[in-house]
Amino acid sequence: MKCGYSKEQLLEFYRKMVLIREFEERVKFLFLEGIMPGTIHQYQGEEACAVGVCSALQRGDIITSTHRPHGHCIAMGMDIKSMMAELFGKQTGCCKGKGGSMHMGDIEKGVVPAIAIVGGGIPVATGIAFGFKMKKQPRVAVCFMGDGATNEGTFHESLNMASIWNLPVVYAVENNFYGASTHVSLVMKVEKISERACAYKIPGITVDGNDVIKVYETACEAVERARKGEGPTLIELLTYRITGHSRRDPALYQPPEEKKKALENEPIKKFSEFLISMDITQEELEKIRETVKEEIEDAVKYAMNSPDPLPQDTLNDLFV
Amino acid sequence: MARLTIAEALRQAIREEMKRDESVYCIGEDIGIPGGWGGAFTVTLGLEKEFPDRIINTPISEAGFFGVALGSSLVGLRPIVDVQYGDFLFCAMDQIANQIAKLRYMSGGKIKTPIVIRAPVGVTGRGAQHSQMMEPFFQCLPGIKIVCPATAYDAKGLLKSAVRNENPVMIFEHKLLYGAKGARSEPGSIDASSEIPDEEYLIPIGKGTVRRQGTDITIVATLLMMHRACEAAEIVEKEGISVEVIDPRSLVPFDWEIVKQSIAKTGRLIIVEESPRRGGIGAEIAATVAEEMLDFLVAPVKRIAAPDTPAPFSPVMEKFYVPDTVRIVQAIKEMMSISS
Ligand SMILES: Cc1ncc(C[n+]2csc(CCOP(=O)(O)OP(=O)(O)O)c2C)c(N)n1
Ligand SMILES: [Mg+2]
Repeated sequence: MKCGYSKEQLLEFYRKMVLIREFEERVKFLFLEGIMPGTIHQYQGEEACAVGVCSALQRGDIITSTHRPHGHCIAMGMDIKSMMAELFGKQTGCCKGKGGSMHMGDIEKGVVPAIAIVGGGIPVATGIAFGFKMKKQPRVAVCFMGDGATNEGTFHESLNMASIWNLPVVYAVENNFYGASTHVSLVMKVEKISERACAYKIPGITVDGNDVIKVYETACEAVERARKGEGPTLIELLTYRITGHSRRDPALYQPPEEKKKALENEPIKKFSEFLISMDITQEELEKIRETVKEEIEDAVKYAMNSPDPLPQDTLNDLFV
Repeated sequence: MARLTIAEALRQAIREEMKRDESVYCIGEDIGIPGGWGGAFTVTLGLEKEFPDRIINTPISEAGFFGVALGSSLVGLRPIVDVQYGDFLFCAMDQIANQIAKLRYMSGGKIKTPIVIRAPVGVTGRGAQHSQMMEPFFQCLPGIKIVCPATAYDAKGLLKSAVRNENPVMIFEHKLLYGAKGARSEPGSIDASSEIPDEEYLIPIGKGTVRRQGTDITIVATLLMMHRACEAAEIVEKEGISVEVIDPRSLVPFDWEIVKQSIAKTGRLIIVEESPRRGGIGAEIAATVAEEMLDFLVAPVKRIAAPDTPAPFSPVMEKFYVPDTVRIVQAIKEMMSISS
């Protein structure tokens, strides 16, 4: 194609983003209907971040995720059946029902069970990179975090260690402009979060996190640097959460004008327009969406028909 | 008189104390954002309109703002620190355990650190990192008082006392008892609302209360478990077993007198708690009773607690994890059958 990507690759970006979106929409419905237990933090609007970054990784690389992990898990190729089952707390879930939405993960797929303590995953990803380096393995750790997490001490301590030890880690900051209900402008004075990297002499880059190709290309460079032993990078991905922070949050703190603009700029719409300009047809895109929806329905059926854990399973899995 | 939920009663207490004393302020994440929720469970909802300079929204920096609260208390302010979930107290643990709890003592009693720390607890469908019962971690920490209000009436009176106390006081609030409304309402909630008198009242820290009088068994429980214990007591009453339910309301200092008086009457003690059994609240109570009241006991003390694991997510496992009324009823009957 004239953009330098194969059609397959472009459509794979698209498929993954749509898979995340449709997964989240289905989960939202199940949750609001009262069919799904627990609490959820959803990823609608931020799909290009996960898909762009994770597509730059190889087998053997590892990510850490946050309280908002569904998108990261899907982008890393986790089985959506086991994800859906986990959300229902079933035995067949990726964490056997022990984790739930906020702790989703599958180490086989390179996803550490998500860490729901804001900032809690940053030293962990740094340690994974430290391990890769000690063992002289050409592997890379990626640490997903939100804008809010960069105000935790763990962020600053971790970046400094990654810098002095030149660790193979990429810090992917999803700046959706809010930490829960609080706008970033109320809690930091830097205009770009990427500026924070310079305090640790780490390259810091800000890109449009709703442009999957931009995200992918930036991540590829950072991952390659890390893999070559040239050290950490911080990538700030500018994006927007087009759903509530959690559960039934109506997000009234987001001004209507801002929300409207965000919807016009959301990553899937944006990428669809690009694909159409690349002579991919609307029908092809529709077909992908339909296939994805079927896949999700299968996952829901699988999850609902899966057995619950036994009550006593509570007592397993604590120690090796 | 007005009937208020715990969330509303706490809000009223904060409002009254902030009006009464200009040095009182609130600090925490998302506590006063227009269009937001007033903290994770609506307690401070709308207060930023009345006190624009004294409802301080922080970055997500727990170690930082707990330290800020402490520092400000050294120069005459009286912070009420809000943490969205008790679990995040661990992020601020140095400031709490090494600084807040010890500074006065280390100064040879020369300084005061009047800080209130508000923290929601409760195993409520969120998995291992948003469910922990934090009381046992702080019960063993000299230098901090701890209160656990199970009703709106107590919540208001205890919070007001905490604000006026010259020492650090932690107040553990239960997610299923708040009665938070709207989008922040909590499935599985229990009604803990109370009639709140119009005139001001305080509840002294360190004073328990008898929730239900009885003569056969004493049950000690706080927060959600107190409500479950009362339910169980009601059930067994129909079978002729008379249970006394004691709500100590404060864990530090602890009202030993009220518990001892009750045991002197019943000779039987059950402690119910939502936290893991090992090193829990029950362990402390049982050990003291063993030391000081063994002669009064006609049956071994029983602890009903969560297992020694983190909180699981799955509703099926969570139900197994949290002590419920059925388990309490069983324990009561067992105890009566071996000792009457
Ligand atoms: C240590 C800690 N403090 C507070 C919270 C409560 N909390 C959960 S998500 C969140 C906002 C996080 O904002 P950000 O890092 O920007 O991520 P986003 O939710 O926007 O994806 C907060 C305050 C938490 N989970 N952990
Ligand atoms: Mg954010």
